[in-house]
Amino acid sequence: MPDSTVVGLHNEEQHNPALLHHFAEPQQQRDAASLGMWVFLATEVMFFGGLFCAYLIYRLKYFGDFGAASKTLDVRLGATNTAVLICSSLTVVLAVWAAQTARRTLLIVSIGLTMVLGLVFLGIKGVEYNDKFVEHHVPGASFSFEKVPIPGHPNQYADPHHAQLFFSLYFVMTGLHALHMIIGLGIFLWLLIMAWKGRFTPEWHTPVEIGGLYWHFVDIIWIYLFPLLYLIDRHP
Amino acid sequence: MSDHSKSSPLPTYFAVFIALLIGTGLTVYAASLDLGPFNAPVALTIASIKATLVALFFMHVKGASEKLTKLVVIGALFFLLLLLGLTMTDYATRAWS
Amino acid sequence: MPQPERENYLNKEYGVWSWLLTTDHKRIALLYLISITFFFFIGGFFALLIRLELLTPAGDLVQADTYNKLFTMHGMVMVFFFLIPSIPAVLGNFLVPMMIGAKDLAFPRINLLSWYLYIIGGVMMLHCMLTGGVDTGWTFYAPFSTNFTNTKIVEAGLAIFIAGFSSILTGLNFVVTIHRMRAPGMTWSRLPLFIWAHYATSIIQLLGTPVIAVTIVLVACERALHLGIFDPRLGGDPLLFQHLFWFYSHPAVYIMILPAMGVVTEIIACFSRKRIFGYSFVAFSSIAIAVFGFLVWAHHMFVAGMSVYAALVFSLLSYAVAVPSAIKVFNWTATLYKGSIHYDAPMLYAFGFLGLFTIGGLTGLFLAALGINVHVTDTYFIVAHFHYIMVGGAVMGYLGGMHFWWPKISGKLYPEGWARLAALIVFIGFNLTFFPQFILGYMGMPRRYYDYSHMPEFQVLNVLSTAGATVLGVGYLLPMIYFLWSMRYGKPAPDNPWNAAGLEWKTSSPPTTFNFEVEPLVTWEAYNYEDLDASH
Repeated sequence: MPDSTVVGLHNEEQHNPALLHHFAEPQQQRDAASLGMWVFLATEVMFFGGLFCAYLIYRLKYFGDFGAASKTLDVRLGATNTAVLICSSLTVVLAVWAAQTARRTLLIVSIGLTMVLGLVFLGIKGVEYNDKFVEHHVPGASFSFEKVPIPGHPNQYADPHHAQLFFSLYFVMTGLHALHMIIGLGIFLWLLIMAWKGRFTPEWHTPVEIGGLYWHFVDIIWIYLFPLLYLIDRHP
Repeated sequence: MSDHSKSSPLPTYFAVFIALLIGTGLTVYAASLDLGPFNAPVALTIASIKATLVALFFMHVKGASEKLTKLVVIGALFFLLLLLGLTMTDYATRAWS
Repeated sequence: MPQPERENYLNKEYGVWSWLLTTDHKRIALLYLISITFFFFIGGFFALLIRLELLTPAGDLVQADTYNKLFTMHGMVMVFFFLIPSIPAVLGNFLVPMMIGAKDLAFPRINLLSWYLYIIGGVMMLHCMLTGGVDTGWTFYAPFSTNFTNTKIVEAGLAIFIAGFSSILTGLNFVVTIHRMRAPGMTWSRLPLFIWAHYATSIIQLLGTPVIAVTIVLVACERALHLGIFDPRLGGDPLLFQHLFWFYSHPAVYIMILPAMGVVTEIIACFSRKRIFGYSFVAFSSIAIAVFGFLVWAHHMFVAGMSVYAALVFSLLSYAVAVPSAIKVFNWTATLYKGSIHYDAPMLYAFGFLGLFTIGGLTGLFLAALGINVHVTDTYFIVAHFHYIMVGGAVMGYLGGMHFWWPKISGKLYPEGWARLAALIVFIGFNLTFFPQFILGYMGMPRRYYDYSHMPEFQVLNVLSTAGATVLGVGYLLPMIYFLWSMRYGKPAPDNPWNAAGLEWKTSSPPTTFNFEVEPLVTWEAYNYEDLDASH
């Protein structure tokens, strides 16, 4: 079967080497790849959805305790990370445009910048996780959440068990998100290599497009995670 | 990919980018206000607007794609809401028993 | 004078690697066929041990813990490693491209990956079973699975997680293929209903499987880190596990039955020599089943402690989900009416399906009623209900489909006499095994009990059930034997031995690697049996 990554500028009427044998024409192959990625993202919505469901139920049930726990997260770091991912979505969309308009340098720079921003995100997340570890907010044997007042009720302390529930969900949800970011970095590394080798042309740059779709999706998940986890109750 | 011989999409991309950053700032600010029971709906609304912008403009759901893509997106959201909503029918009404 | 064999997908290349690295959807279908048959044996073996134990009221064959492991492994293997993949991975993989006039699925390499994921999950599950197994029931409810059992939940969960990805990728492949790879003229309303059924199945696989995947992640985390998500002592709710588990596992049963319905539709049309009555109704009912199937999951939780008001909602929705299935049964019946019926083996399985699926489905309606549900939950009534649908329905559909398309798959004819006998044995064995279980359940025999010595009056029905299981086992062995026999000694099959409608019959038997010499151009409606019979 022809190697789908071998491309060149070919007359589309001849057999385009990027065209896999079971497709009748390149547009069909592109449409199949695009639909495939969108359908995959739908499965990812349901994958994270289960966690959002668990979070929704417990947040409503233990609102005060969750508020207390959420307040110990650093909003500035969370907001910065949100901005970082938004920037990376911009660089992704620039990368796609660069591929569409045969701007090889911009393509490589955009992919590279996206990866740098992704690493920045993970770095900040690492700092946050470390903070939680130091404060004994990591669920498990050394978890401690004593005498933390519930926001708006200074005389009531949060139930440590319920606070632990918040942090359990926090770590699972952001951890799963971070895992998806790491996978995204792997995908973009591969895109970087391909772009460097000049494999992408205006006629064929499908991996950049569908890699981009994946990255935007990971951004969207964070767009929801940030307010849900960090901004429950930030009234002064 | 469909024809991009129209004018450059770059201004749109930058406009959306700015809007997303503004939205982020807005949601942080709104969280510092006491809106009573509306804090969460406001936060989720802003998040949804941001997500919609990313989907429509960065993921090219608007314009360049066919109806099927929109159907996949709406379908996924529909089933997510089913999961959340129908599960809530149990939790919201347990106290009634 | 013997002719040299034409080149086809089986003889195009030889050697183990030509199979293990194939991207031909037909070869991958056969790889799946071998694997799921293997797991069917494993699951069947556990069933045999269960039925042997239940021959006597006392728990005298195995210990209680072992019995827990037996029914757990039986369930996990049969559900995740046999039923869920069976028809889609074998018949779907083989036929979907051909039925729509394509050379292959949209993503052939992902198809192969899908099989490897299944194998990895399967090997992991085997290892888990061989090193102690799991005793939670296939439903691995919290908090037993998260806090109290000392069996290998995480390993079994990981195996199911990986197999789940196989399922998701198959569904993804089918959806994209059906949208993008149809031949010119193959409009949606000309698609065989087998395709509609697999499209609906794929939607369920795509949207449901991720939820059980994340549930398994949560169980693993809970077990390893004691997070408290399902632990009441820490503020968690065990019912949340059940909500998340059944959100997938109810639609999963539709993953198991929809493809069989698709098979039955093809068979009934062919062996009545008639267009399917109510094509659009059957097509849309498949989609309706897929959607409605997601609305009813909490009917598995009526006695678990959920809100009564929510239970009312789910009860009502569970009645609604029966409607599209009933629509199919009516349309199949109407197709048979005034048809020219031929009683070949595939049709015998289809008839079996019609009756047994109807009984299974109707008993589902009993269960949707809250009052009856409370009475029969966790009894053999439930066991009988789902086996009527899974075995009387899905497995009969699978066997019917294997017989119908065997000439296409292998290029050989199976022995029709033996096949009809086997179908009859399966039907008799099945009913003897499972009908007594309806009575047992209604009389109060609990499921998952290895010892019923406090109710010795149940023994007669249990003995009947075990006898039936033996007969059923014989019925299943026969096709395995004669299918293998036919590969060597069977008569060569013509391209279209049944004079059936459908693009797959326009290929050679067996087909060439790329299915069609020339891309088909479809100008006729589906199930054009009048034309086929007129020109024959």
